[in-house]
Amino acid sequence: MSDLETSQQDNQILVIFRKAPAGSAWAREALDLALVGAAFGQKVSLLFMGDGVFQLLEQQNPKLIGQKGTQAMMQALPMYEIDNLYVEGHSLVERGLDLEQLAVNCQVLNADEMPKLLQQHQQVFNF
Amino acid sequence: MNYSIAIYGGPYGHQASHSAYHFAQAVLAKGHHIQRVFFYHDGVYNASALVSPPQDEVNLPQQWQQLANTHQFELTVCIAAAVRRGVLDANEARRYQKPAANLAEGYQLSGLGQLIDASLESDRLISFGP
Repeated sequence: MSDLETSQQDNQILVIFRKAPAGSAWAREALDLALVGAAFGQKVSLLFMGDGVFQLLEQQNPKLIGQKGTQAMMQALPMYEIDNLYVEGHSLVERGLDLEQLAVNCQVLNADEMPKLLQQHQQVFNF
Repeated sequence: MNYSIAIYGGPYGHQASHSAYHFAQAVLAKGHHIQRVFFYHDGVYNASALVSPPQDEVNLPQQWQQLANTHQFELTVCIAAAVRRGVLDANEARRYQKPAANLAEGYQLSGLGQLIDASLESDRLISFGP
């Protein structure tokens, strides 16, 4: 049985990352919102799908494009008690990626598990 | 019902703010209440007093001001997103030693926590963005 079945009763906020980490401020500003939500005492979960999965990759070098990137913030997630990270499996496959290439531990979800995940969160922020 | 609205798109380059404005009008026409409109990401540009469209085009910053004033709801702008993009109130202009402030009247800079708060306190939070 996956965590999705058992541990999500108290979850409040789901932040969905759909945009690539380079090219716009979406990844950073979505993550800012997640951290603020956690700082406000809410239970926050993250879902990465579409090009948002690129945000999970190791060995990014955002300095080359004059960006700070989000890796440091991603590593700080446990400090904010943000432990539930989900990645949509098909988005990885479509982009030729696998779990070993990701810098953080994520639970893989399939498309048919999405409705349940959304239902388990009172608030959903879609970026 | 008590609504809040989040806007993530700028006033001219993207449809988000305009759609949100129509939605707000519809919500109010149905007798609902709007608690807060929160501007984040490029949506913070809606709060610039310097937005100057031609006379025959809509002036969204102004329209939001009027609607908020009439119906007494908050126009709250994420301070971190705004300051990065050059939308400053008098306090921030002083803090960063800038020659001018440009936050439009009726808007207030505040923390991102106000968006979290809106999502928790309102019956519905509706987002408009690219």
